[in-house]
Amino acid sequence: MVKTNKEMFAELEAFIAEHNNDSAELIAILHQAQHIFGYLPKEVQEFIAERLKISAAKVYGVVTFYSFFTMKPKGEIVINVCLGTACFVRGADKILEKFETLLNLKNGETSADKKYTLTSLRCVGACGLAPVVQVNGKTFGNCTPASVDQILGQYK
Amino acid sequence: MSINLFLNGLPVSAEAGQTVLQVAKENNIKIPTLCYLFDKTTGLTHNPAACRVCMVEIKGRRNLAPACVTEVSEGMEILTNTQKARLARKTNLELLLSDHPKDCFVCEKSGKCELQKLSEDLGVDRLRYEGAMSKSNVPVVGTAYTRDDAKCVLCGRCVDACKQYQEIAVISATKRGFATTISGEFGLSSNEIACINCGQCVKVCPTGALLATNQTEAVFEALNDPEKYVVVHTAPSTRVSLGEEFGLPIGTNVQGKMVHALRLLGFKKIFDTNFGADLTIMEESNEFLDRVLKGTGKLPLMTSCCPGWVKYVEHYYPEFLDNLSSCKSPQGMQAALIKSYFAEKEGIDPKKIITVSIMPCIAKKFESARAELGKDGIPDNDISISVKELAVMIRKAGIQFNSLNDQTYDSLLGEGTGAADIFGNTGGVMEAVVRNAAFLIDKQETDVDIITLRGEAGITRSTLNIGGHQLKLAVASGLANAKLLLDAVKAGTESYDAIEIMACPGGCINGGGQPEHPVDVEYSDILKTRHATIRGIDKKKVHRISAQNSEIQALYKDYLKKPGSHKAHELLHTHFTKR
Repeated sequence: MVKTNKEMFAELEAFIAEHNNDSAELIAILHQAQHIFGYLPKEVQEFIAERLKISAAKVYGVVTFYSFFTMKPKGEIVINVCLGTACFVRGADKILEKFETLLNLKNGETSADKKYTLTSLRCVGACGLAPVVQVNGKTFGNCTPASVDQILGQYK
Repeated sequence: MSINLFLNGLPVSAEAGQTVLQVAKENNIKIPTLCYLFDKTTGLTHNPAACRVCMVEIKGRRNLAPACVTEVSEGMEILTNTQKARLARKTNLELLLSDHPKDCFVCEKSGKCELQKLSEDLGVDRLRYEGAMSKSNVPVVGTAYTRDDAKCVLCGRCVDACKQYQEIAVISATKRGFATTISGEFGLSSNEIACINCGQCVKVCPTGALLATNQTEAVFEALNDPEKYVVVHTAPSTRVSLGEEFGLPIGTNVQGKMVHALRLLGFKKIFDTNFGADLTIMEESNEFLDRVLKGTGKLPLMTSCCPGWVKYVEHYYPEFLDNLSSCKSPQGMQAALIKSYFAEKEGIDPKKIITVSIMPCIAKKFESARAELGKDGIPDNDISISVKELAVMIRKAGIQFNSLNDQTYDSLLGEGTGAADIFGNTGGVMEAVVRNAAFLIDKQETDVDIITLRGEAGITRSTLNIGGHQLKLAVASGLANAKLLLDAVKAGTESYDAIEIMACPGGCINGGGQPEHPVDVEYSDILKTRHATIRGIDKKKVHRISAQNSEIQALYKDYLKKPGSHKAHELLHTHFTKR
């Protein structure tokens, strides 16, 4: 069931209220907002600034500082390729390349139909499983270019 | 507590808690700084130790220490001038320069740029590091000021000025690492964010990253157009600061020279915004007495001559919009009369008139562009330029300012009383209103020196007896102070009949368009000196009450009839909108 914009803002408002409209909770609120909306568009940032009584510049400053936060809408399926040191030395670049070829997307892009987003991150703390790929939060270990086809097969 | 230490081998004493930078300064050693900013008047302290050009050696420490944040201690041995310290400071500066456009030839800040001055002082003799530029050299233009991210050294002074002086923090560090940029939300220009255009950020910017949006060429263009009739008017506080641009001592009164220079530039008429200020007082004291005695409007009455403050209320305290005096600012009144009263008297088509104002302020640029301050899409005040921009024009025209003899303003809209002069100081508008209100009630001149309303910065509260009425008045400058007052009024813990607010700490003499000085000139001394000159001008005036201005008397007799008349409302009053 897809939530309407109004419902999403109501949910965010309730969350902010739970945190007493405290500006010290900005990061937690941004996390929740991104969870609700999938990304942090202008209107959401302005809404948060207004509710916390801080300037929109401050909110924007935090959003653009942390790479976790995004102002671009993400796809239904978010693929994160770990490019941390351990994964990298075990060939993560080849895995990213394979995803790029198969999905016809560059690292950081979202497909036009909003189905796939391909991004990379630095270390998920599972170096024993290197190289690692996360798809919508689910972790796949010991990946090879060949297993990329398999992984994508599960998310058609 | 006094402590003893060594500075470059010599014994010195200092107070515990002082920084190495302060102690060195007291002992005649200037340690270079770039990001550091300290303003005694308001207590603004900005010392993020970000630029690393104030590094010194401290015996016994492995690493160099930033002088701006390192506190002195008993027995400390500070070495400011060792090879290691000097080279480190220079290298750090060279690294900053590697990501700077270095287009000084075409940069408006050239000659006043702290980065440029540091290169000279630290002996940078070649560009040692080359590399990628983090930001493109494309200015983001706003009506009041322009931002060029490529020239920003990320010192953060502007962010702190906005936060500490005005408590609105509409600019912030955004993005990170090499891409870090100081900007409003989403990189927008000053017009598109909840910025009040006070220009304090521009004032504290050490480089050309933040500059008032330059309109000097637009003025030259108008002056060179034979079809145009170009009129100029100069704000109260401009006469005590313009001379500083030409090396005269801080606070020198150059009214006569300024008028002469404007005449040489080719302006057809040179008027004094002091006339507009006196007129503002006539209308505003009338409005004040009506609100107090007849209950015709909301109290406290709040002044509306400061465009930064007005925009602040529109953004942040719309519940007080009806408290604002409906009077236009002196600039607004002066400009409206130039295209009506003056044009009619002289038989000039108002469409041919270009009105230019010389202001201590860059928010006046935004005010000039307000749609409600014009007629049929033509602004009353066409162009507003700052004191600094006027200095640029005088230099471009090759006018030898310091050799000029004194000239006087043109009549009709050129007379000003002492009550208008004091508009430049915080508390001045309130004092002028009180002088006029008392004069209107008592029908005679009483004591005009209302010292209780005077303060250099911050908040001043006072209760005065005016014509048998006990009136509670408050004055604040800097919006951080204004916020304290507004919140107290809102909460009902304080109540007033009238409140004067100026956005810039200390008032217009410290406006965002006023001349800047090197960082080692004490900020508070600049304010004090300009304040004192204004007081002196007022003191020497024969007329110190707005109602005594003979040109104002003629204006009411011939044209407006009386304060608050229908015609006065049409020309001299305005309205405000929630933003």
